[in-house]
Amino acid sequence: MSALTSAPRRAGSSSPGIRRGEAAAGWLFTAPVLIILGVFLLVPVLMALWVSFSDWTGRGSPFSSNVGFVGLDNYAAVTTGGGLAERDFGTALRNNAWYVLLVVPLQTALSLFLAVLVNRAVLRGRGLFRTAFYFPSVTSSVAITVLWLFLFSASGAVNEVLSWLGINGPNWFSDPSGVVHNLLGAVGITSGPAFLTGNTMLGVSWWDWLAGPSVAMSAFILMAVFTTSGTFMLLFIAGLQNIGADVQEAAMMDGANGWQRFWRVTLPQLKPVLFTVLTLGLIGTWQVFDQIYTGTQGGPGKTTLTPAYLSYSSAFLSQQWGQGAAIAFVLFVIIVALTILQRFVLRDRPVSRRRLRQYEMPAQKGVQR
Amino acid sequence: MSATALRWQIGLYVLLIVLAVIYIYPFLVQVATSFKTDAAAAADPISLAPQPFTWAAYERLFLNSDFPVWFGNSVVVTVFVTAGRVFFNSLAGYALARLQFRGRGIVFAALIAVMAVPTVVLLIPKFLVINQLGIYDSYAGMILPLLVDAAGVFIMKNFFESIPPSVEEQARIDGAGTFRIFWSVVLPMARPALITIVILSFQGSWNELSHFVISTQSPELTTLTKGVASLASGQLSQGSQFPLKLAAAAIMTIPVAVVFFIFQRRIMNASEGAVKE
Repeated sequence: MSALTSAPRRAGSSSPGIRRGEAAAGWLFTAPVLIILGVFLLVPVLMALWVSFSDWTGRGSPFSSNVGFVGLDNYAAVTTGGGLAERDFGTALRNNAWYVLLVVPLQTALSLFLAVLVNRAVLRGRGLFRTAFYFPSVTSSVAITVLWLFLFSASGAVNEVLSWLGINGPNWFSDPSGVVHNLLGAVGITSGPAFLTGNTMLGVSWWDWLAGPSVAMSAFILMAVFTTSGTFMLLFIAGLQNIGADVQEAAMMDGANGWQRFWRVTLPQLKPVLFTVLTLGLIGTWQVFDQIYTGTQGGPGKTTLTPAYLSYSSAFLSQQWGQGAAIAFVLFVIIVALTILQRFVLRDRPVSRRRLRQYEMPAQKGVQR
Repeated sequence: MSATALRWQIGLYVLLIVLAVIYIYPFLVQVATSFKTDAAAAADPISLAPQPFTWAAYERLFLNSDFPVWFGNSVVVTVFVTAGRVFFNSLAGYALARLQFRGRGIVFAALIAVMAVPTVVLLIPKFLVINQLGIYDSYAGMILPLLVDAAGVFIMKNFFESIPPSVEEQARIDGAGTFRIFWSVVLPMARPALITIVILSFQGSWNELSHFVISTQSPELTTLTKGVASLASGQLSQGSQFPLKLAAAAIMTIPVAVVFFIFQRRIMNASEGAVKE
């Protein structure tokens, strides 16, 4: 981003006569982009905002006189309504929260791991390995979902491999049971304490919030990690290549071992990339739509329902346009809030001048790289 | 090399090869399964050798389904979207990089703000506008909203800033107008950036699903992604029919794979603006 925000630089110094008409050309040149983005992005957002406050049913224009303003009713229906709409929204948030909680750390760790592995200078065939890891990222999410439905079918490749290890694999995409509940069930806990089962949030009991992702959702989680790790690996490789070798060498001289060098020297310098990867991960994982549309439509037992898909299905399938739009805006707020929160958590803490001086290496001034 | 270092080295390669197999094997299984019978696909999901070998899935797709229509629509949309993005993005990129005009800063800030809006949140909004404009369920509704993208504008802008201004000054002194300078002098120099835009828009529009879901409904406007998604969710087929679905998905992947392997190096360097979930 820093390159994008750099101050515009005046091109050359030519006589004003020659530069006449540039303002008109500037607007003319940017007009197509501005018009298209305005018409299909800015106007739509404003229209949807109106729809989220209206009782429009999808017939005719949302601005016609028989469409009423209902205030926050649509928002209330999905957050405090006490009905199916609230329960579905709660379930969708629960599902997506587990998805985010598992996908973001896994994809970040795996892509960093892959980047460190293939970034070694002495590695033979590293182009080949990078290609292998990156290829899933360029293929369409629909094609990958179709493939995943096959690999994770009851008699699919994944269960075949599991059977070699003596594990009887589940019927992945038809299994609504929560993974955390299953683990608890394995140690004999099959029902939660009353204070968890008795109290609800957004129509879903606390016990069900803590159920973990369903087995079906777990297959989607693995898919997200599979398809995104290659892209983020490339970001980390770019970051690793910007790190000068001299600091590494200095650390090596000081006797730091490989593990210490990674944690104390490499990782802190990767912080900007880490921030980018985590932000993109958070934004992406709250928008799961293609996979659900292609694969499960929210099933089994609504355990793969996500807010993005729910927003679509409320509007386009159930004709609840106001609720659909309201869900979309709540989702928007969640994404923006998490991004800001993350910027706050990972912000560069001010370092005191005295502390800073300790890190400076006066000898470096005269050294030519 | 000491014995321990050698052991580390071998371990590293074994690890990398195992990981690479995990990443690539699913695609090999996909292609192999598309040549299997339904029964063989279920009985032997891992083998790469179809027994018996059959073209049945491909025959059905091409002779007995709407697949060719889907393919045609994807080609039409991809060609128009790519051409539009190359032209409009570079126009705007050039203006932002080189032309002095009042309001440039605002345009720039607006584009950055636009990039931050999550696309999934726009599904209902976009449908509303497309519907109001009367272009729902038409090529116009499918193509127009995708014709420009903010990320592409920035790629072009950054590239134009790297071209020395003296080149344009010369043309300007010779009396060329702004568009002429852009079209005949600067654009031909921007080939590397243009190729990047072509690849990104090709990938983006070929793989796009949600926009077509909300902008069309007729079968004759179905794209590959939408068609294959309907196959996958079993709307058009009975039983699992995995060879058929995987054949459709494989054909859909081929153009992207070909472009990827030709332009590998460039794609891997330009991927920063093209993160997909």
